[in-house]
Amino acid sequence: MPTRAKAGAVSERQHSKLGDAPLPETYHLNMGPQHPSMHGVLRLVLHLDGERILDVDPVIGYAHRAHEKMAEHRNYLMFLPNTSRVDYLSGMIYNLAYCQAVEKMLEIEVPERAEYIRVICSELNRISSHLLWFGTFLLDIGGITPFLYAFDDREQILEILDRVTGSRLTYCYGRFGGLTEDVDTTFLDQTRAFVKRLRERLPEYHALVTGNVIFRGRCEGVGVIDQHVALAYGVTGPCLRAAGIAFDVRRAEPYGIYDRFEFDIPTEQSGDALARYKVRVAEIEQSLRIIEQAVAQIPDGPIMPDKPKKRFKPAAGELYFAVESARGQFGIYIVSDGSEIPFRIKLRTPSFSNLAAMPAVLPQTTIADTIAIVGSIDVVIPEIDR
Amino acid sequence: MFNQLFGNIWLVTLASGAVIMGFLTVNALFLVWLERKLSARFQRRLGPTEVGFAGTLQTLADAVKLLGKQLITPRNADKPLYHLAPVIVFMPVVVGVSLFPIDRQLMFVDLNVGLVLVFAFAGIGFIGIFMAGWGSNNKYALLGAMRAVAQNIAYEIPLILSALSVTLLARSMKLSAIVEAQSTLPYLLFQPLGAAIYLIGAVAETNRAPFDIPEAESELVAGFHSEYSGMRFAVFFLAEYSNMAIVSMVATTLFLGGYHGPWLPGYVWFFIKVYGLISLMMWFRWTFPRLRFDQLMSFAWTVLVPLSLANLMGTAVVLKVFRR
Repeated sequence: MPTRAKAGAVSERQHSKLGDAPLPETYHLNMGPQHPSMHGVLRLVLHLDGERILDVDPVIGYAHRAHEKMAEHRNYLMFLPNTSRVDYLSGMIYNLAYCQAVEKMLEIEVPERAEYIRVICSELNRISSHLLWFGTFLLDIGGITPFLYAFDDREQILEILDRVTGSRLTYCYGRFGGLTEDVDTTFLDQTRAFVKRLRERLPEYHALVTGNVIFRGRCEGVGVIDQHVALAYGVTGPCLRAAGIAFDVRRAEPYGIYDRFEFDIPTEQSGDALARYKVRVAEIEQSLRIIEQAVAQIPDGPIMPDKPKKRFKPAAGELYFAVESARGQFGIYIVSDGSEIPFRIKLRTPSFSNLAAMPAVLPQTTIADTIAIVGSIDVVIPEIDR
Repeated sequence: MFNQLFGNIWLVTLASGAVIMGFLTVNALFLVWLERKLSARFQRRLGPTEVGFAGTLQTLADAVKLLGKQLITPRNADKPLYHLAPVIVFMPVVVGVSLFPIDRQLMFVDLNVGLVLVFAFAGIGFIGIFMAGWGSNNKYALLGAMRAVAQNIAYEIPLILSALSVTLLARSMKLSAIVEAQSTLPYLLFQPLGAAIYLIGAVAETNRAPFDIPEAESELVAGFHSEYSGMRFAVFFLAEYSNMAIVSMVATTLFLGGYHGPWLPGYVWFFIKVYGLISLMMWFRWTFPRLRFDQLMSFAWTVLVPLSLANLMGTAVVLKVFRR
């Protein structure tokens, strides 16, 4: 079994909670790939002692679609629709990240207006992803109603983006040098209205969920990914920030026009499921701030360069470009041999590394905790399998 | 003479059985509809609207669909246990319902150990759940069954202890006598702690959220009834909703004064209280996340059991000192 790692980071509290004496009989439980709360088609092979987990093997590959291999058989433009299908929950961010990577390779200038629209759409996408996570995480630990509240708000984002991009989930909005379609004032009005609406809704979420005793009991001290484990496994995104490391690609290596906006990077110190929850909810607020600034500052002008290129033939070489997706650092590594078809595209997807830390976190917890922990790191399986 | 009486008893028993079965079926159909409607309103949805007025016939349509479904028995199941389990789960419910005074003159059986019998039969239902989990030969089902049994043992103790405090007040275990003793004031006012403990225990006893651990669908797929399909699954459902009615009837009888109430006839008051409590339990379900198994157990053994014991002792001492 390839991904087995011994438990190093089991807290004393969790250990003593369930008692130390193992029963003589242990057994294996195959959780997934078809299981109501294994997000997508993740399979966990749990080695159990009663309800206590002794060891865990995440098995991936059930949603493998060979996106990277496909990239080697089609030209740069033809790979665009693939990108948003890698991580279908932050499709906009992935799609635009690929555009930005190729633009960097070909040194294409992007008009100001397009940059602003990209920021607005990316942040809307991030909020929709976090809202979906909020809902499904609560479903995982047994709260059904917040899911529908979150989906109500998420639906607004999908409608806003659907109107300009033509898609609800797997966007293909970016082009090398700009965007397919310009936005109109209705889009900006809708976005402003949404920012206002969600700001009013967030206190409701806090009232329903954040202060709930049962919710806190299920999350506090559960699934601690400390700084050491996080750095050792390359955990990024909210999981890393929940462990107290303020690393956000938007701030660390600003891309696009992210250096023009004021926003905080929310961090927590405890690294448990509750910290990850708090970080994500705080990130929703920060994204709203960015959207607000971008909508206020957006200039008029073109959304594509005056003379768009017809053929895309980067010089031989390689490039790594990273953005902050809803789940962490999404990197694109492109190797060009000077032809119209990429020699190799490697995608560094955050969930892969985040999930890889699970064998270090899950042992000595219970089945119920497993669901809460895997839910709290927010894995998107197609993004891991690619 | 004897023959005639014997015949009459059989007729009465049969008729009562038919009435109870009819009530339980209609009750379950109504409660499923109510739950879907209430949850929809809690979640800003409409719920069923298409079949019948406001979707009232939706559950009937679902029941008919379940009747037509294939009954699948897993190949490696322990067949006698697997087949018997739904029956064992459901039958105690029928006995349970017959024990409650619905109105002054309206109850099927009036036993002087009614309260004990209610809890005794509630306990049998859990044997059925364990049989279902064991007989299914499925690890998820077995885990669910394990949890159900542990949870049942843990929560029946505070449940019974809080009920015992009421019997101290009423000086009887006869349900009709307990209700009659509350003709002026309901015991809720004398036993607020006992009532709260009972309510928590009752939600756990019926395996409903936030204590729906034996069937926690996000952890154990469907828990002990994962392998059941069609009508067998429906019987588990029927038992769950009937159990909700029973624990609410117990609560109504013990703490809310049963059929006592101003203006309206007694049976109306009885059902208002019962369905009010059931709605409260539904409200819990659609608001709270689920507890973890060890949290649930430690809550029962370290909080509820000591509290209910203290409540029982306190009640006994107060009664000894102040009652003539």
